Amino acid sequence: MSYLDGIIGLVLFGLGMILVFVFALPSQSASQWGLRPMAGIRRLRRAIGLAVEEGKRLHISLGKASVINSTGASALVGLSTLERVAQISVVSDRPPVATSGEGTLAILSQDTLRSAYRSMNTMQQYEPDRGRLTGATPFAYAAGAIPVMRGEQVSANILVGNFGPEVAFLCEAADQQRSFLVAASDSLPAQAVMYAMAEQTLIGEELFSLPAYLQASAVHQASIRAQDVLRWVLVAFLLIGAGLKLVFTILGIPFL
Amino acid sequence: MRAPVATGIAIGVGLVVLLGYFVPLGLLQDVRTFLLGWAVILAAVAGLVGILNLIMVHWRKATATRERDFYSIFLILAFLITSIAGLVLTPSHQQFQQVVNSIQVPVEISLMAVLSITLAYACLRLLQRRKGWMAWLFIISVMVFLVLNSGFFSFLQGVPILGDLVGSLERLPLAGARGILLGVALGSLTAGIRILLGADRPFSG
Repeated sequence: MSYLDGIIGLVLFGLGMILVFVFALPSQSASQWGLRPMAGIRRLRRAIGLAVEEGKRLHISLGKASVINSTGASALVGLSTLERVAQISVVSDRPPVATSGEGTLAILSQDTLRSAYRSMNTMQQYEPDRGRLTGATPFAYAAGAIPVMRGEQVSANILVGNFGPEVAFLCEAADQQRSFLVAASDSLPAQAVMYAMAEQTLIGEELFSLPAYLQASAVHQASIRAQDVLRWVLVAFLLIGAGLKLVFTILGIPFL
Repeated sequence: MRAPVATGIAIGVGLVVLLGYFVPLGLLQDVRTFLLGWAVILAAVAGLVGILNLIMVHWRKATATRERDFYSIFLILAFLITSIAGLVLTPSHQQFQQVVNSIQVPVEISLMAVLSITLAYACLRLLQRRKGWMAWLFIISVMVFLVLNSGFFSFLQGVPILGDLVGSLERLPLAGARGILLGVALGSLTAGIRILLGADRPFSG
């Protein structure tokens, strides 16, 4: 990494941190800046409610990302989603089940479930087997998650994390079981497959807003607003860069 | 605050690793490498614990009094045979690798074949599943870019205006992919900030 890259990275991170702090202030969080409605998440909330009412299970599949590589952010978002879903469905007869394709993620999913039940004072509901590693390779993971979707009275599936094209098997299994499915991934091939096969798909950065929409704490909402502002800053930089390049090309001056 | 010690350690380590990535300072980078080394070892141990957990789940399924899962017996047997053979012969043993690959590769290739059929079927059902112009746009884009990137129009490369037009169209999916990846990068950034602020805690402490 060059010196300039480091500075740009730090500036972007610092700006993000400041924006989250500012938007998390009580005066800002109470303002009219609401989160934009997302059909997929609205239907997910309804599906969670229905699953609790019917005594069915929720299945959260966390993907195969390791928390120590570059796709780890999607895994962490999956864990936050799992925690919130476990808290929402705490009154259900059947606690949610989490599947993953990576050892670290499986252990963290068990820990997250324990943390969720502890925070709701319902530790008797906690079962370590509800957070499972279903396979160590992408196909083995998908093949291991399908019996969970079919055999554990699952009425709604949430696929959130890093997947590959093998996510098609999970989407097809949900379709065959006629269970609700919302899918979100940071991987482009998985997003294409999910768009074609899943009932509800979250595209691009919408994945990272899932915990904020379910959790709705001040910092989560503030991070979504900060994300929106940073996106506009990037758009402005891209447009200015393209404009400058055009002008410099017309004038015949070399640009960068 | 829930689990203040664990949260404090996570935030501190996170900040050191982040600064070590951006700031070219010898000490910071040494500490970062040291911490990442620990993380790699812990992840490897977690992988082993995860596999043991997988076997325990299947053991319970295989020995359950109600709704016994007989496929779990095959999984446990396969695991035991592979583990014992791997421990005795070592994973680098040529014949051991040959046996494992002779089973795993055909199975994965078969799954890949099933995947291609599943995806083709999904494309056919897309318009049934999703109504509106976005579904049509998706299908038309898939068809257009499949044809464009197949090299079918490569004979137009030398033609002045048409060649440039085809070249621009070929680069269009790249621009879209970059747009989505920029969004994903921003999302990762804010997810990281939430962890460093202690708002997201993927650990119970």
